[in-house]
Amino acid sequence: MKILVAVKRVIDANIKVRVRHDGSGVETANVKMAMNPFCEIAVEEAVRMAEEGIADEVVLVSAGPGPAKETLRTGLAMGADRAIHIVTEETLEPLAVAKLLAAVAAREDPGMILLGKQAIDDDCNQTGQMLAALLGWSQGTFASKITIDGDTITVTREVDDGLETVALTRPAVVTTDLRLNEPRYATLPNIMKAKKKSIDPLTPDELGVDITPRLEVLRVTDPPAREAGIKLDTAAELVDKLVNEAGVL
Amino acid sequence: MSFELPEEMQLLKETVRRYVDSEMIPIELKTCDGVTLKPEFRKKFDADSKKLGLWLMDVPEEFGGQGMGVLATVVVTEQIARTTALPSRGGTFTGPSVRAILYELSDDMKERYLYPVIRGEKHGCFGQTEPDAGSDPGSMRTTAVREGDEYVINGVKRFITGAGEADFIQLMVATDREKGSHGGITCFIVDMDTPGVALTTQYETMMGDKPWEIVFEDVRVPAGHRVGAEGEGFTLGQRWLGAGRLRHGARALGVAERCIEMMTSYAKQRVTFGQTLSDRQAIQWMIADSFVELHAARLMVYHAAAKADSGEEFRQEGYMSKYYADEMAFRVADRCMQVHGGIALTTDLPIERFWRQARSYRITEGASEVMKMVIARNILRTYG
Repeated sequence: MKILVAVKRVIDANIKVRVRHDGSGVETANVKMAMNPFCEIAVEEAVRMAEEGIADEVVLVSAGPGPAKETLRTGLAMGADRAIHIVTEETLEPLAVAKLLAAVAAREDPGMILLGKQAIDDDCNQTGQMLAALLGWSQGTFASKITIDGDTITVTREVDDGLETVALTRPAVVTTDLRLNEPRYATLPNIMKAKKKSIDPLTPDELGVDITPRLEVLRVTDPPAREAGIKLDTAAELVDKLVNEAGVL
Repeated sequence: MSFELPEEMQLLKETVRRYVDSEMIPIELKTCDGVTLKPEFRKKFDADSKKLGLWLMDVPEEFGGQGMGVLATVVVTEQIARTTALPSRGGTFTGPSVRAILYELSDDMKERYLYPVIRGEKHGCFGQTEPDAGSDPGSMRTTAVREGDEYVINGVKRFITGAGEADFIQLMVATDREKGSHGGITCFIVDMDTPGVALTTQYETMMGDKPWEIVFEDVRVPAGHRVGAEGEGFTLGQRWLGAGRLRHGARALGVAERCIEMMTSYAKQRVTFGQTLSDRQAIQWMIADSFVELHAARLMVYHAAAKADSGEEFRQEGYMSKYYADEMAFRVADRCMQVHGGIALTTDLPIERFWRQARSYRITEGASEVMKMVIARNILRTYG
């Protein structure tokens, strides 16, 4: 089975994100970027499946400007076989990415597409679901465990009231949650091998996908600074405030 | 002209950095007894190094290593130096410290010394410094005199790190005191249990390591233990020390970077007289100077390493890197200490350890003044 893994380049999770002065977005110039942590979990899962002989090829795909190549190279150093870079300078919305991935899937014919459940920059949590709908494939989102038996992919999902287990028929789209695995460190020999692995460039035009943004960002602002709390003397006072000030009771 | 690390070196840097942040820094204050790495951590770090594929990275492929170049070693050394989890001396992360000189041995000697070192079965130490010959090896007084198939060695070596645990010493001696460093110094491999070799004094140092003084009295060594030809020792030693100087520079970069990380984070938290330290110009200037100097040093060290890897002559860049980076690391560690104030003097933080290490780098393996002397000599020879 071939596994297609989508990866996204985002601001490094350890960096403090700053809003641009004009409110048009967050500052990405001169900011350290890295692979989205949930995508890293997806790459790790695919590489493990390849090591266990379940997958025979792991293909990475990323859409974005030139430096997305670095993110792909990181995934190749973790053990993926090859990569596809959809080169574009356009702002990409989840629907556009889902359409691009669907077009790549039509070319590559994978048995499973693995994605992070969401990217830590926009926290949309939409691409995987949209992709499954566009392809008409089964979907297993928020996976904390994936097992494969023949054509059946069993996914344990982390949902609000516990764990839900679903059985999907291949081909399917699976999105990864935090507890699925712990991504490995890229080893030095694999880093050197990754240098020789291919990253094939493609454009949205070549894939026949219209990526024109449908949304307009009006403004981006910092979350309001948290105000200091107060100490109350009695429980009655607390109830009074919850009822009359916060309006939550 | 690109000033960026090649992509694969960038990846290597990221991966090691991540490892250091998550696996070394959190335990850095409890891994060592004095300067000796506790056995359980030695085991963990060796296993982790293998897991990261860094084991024997700088050993040539023909001897079972990975044959990575100087830049790769610099990148890894820089990141590992961001923590005090490993002792600053004698505690490599990438496997046994194989001294380049061992690759020069005859096949028979390689079997007896090089391979056992690579396998971790034997340990060596390096003996050049003497009571009256530190940075000036030409004036060394330890001599080797040929008698038939043997050499007879007499003299004293001082400040020999790791001599207590060593199975053998890579010993630099004078075979012709007239010639000094111009063809008068020869290198030998001497087993530490050879009759006449005695460890006499052990020194306590501010860095914590305890080097030895070794006395050689009528020590008889087979002629086959000579490395290279008679009189070639200084040249061979220089070759080994050349790459070692860049390692020095890399270590200084790591120390400085971590000290900057610590001082900026502390300056933003610490409030005195109603203001954070980071709001005060005196502190800002310390941070700015440190960052600028680190940037300059990094460019110098990376440039020298890239030159070494491309086979170009890099000795002058090596001297400059060691001199500038070591001096820089001490200034930065000192500012980091100043920004933290009293807490930096305690062993609750790694700053005092970085500070002591950085101070010692300005002296060991070629003092800054000696570096400047050689740099000036090269300049005067080239210009005017």
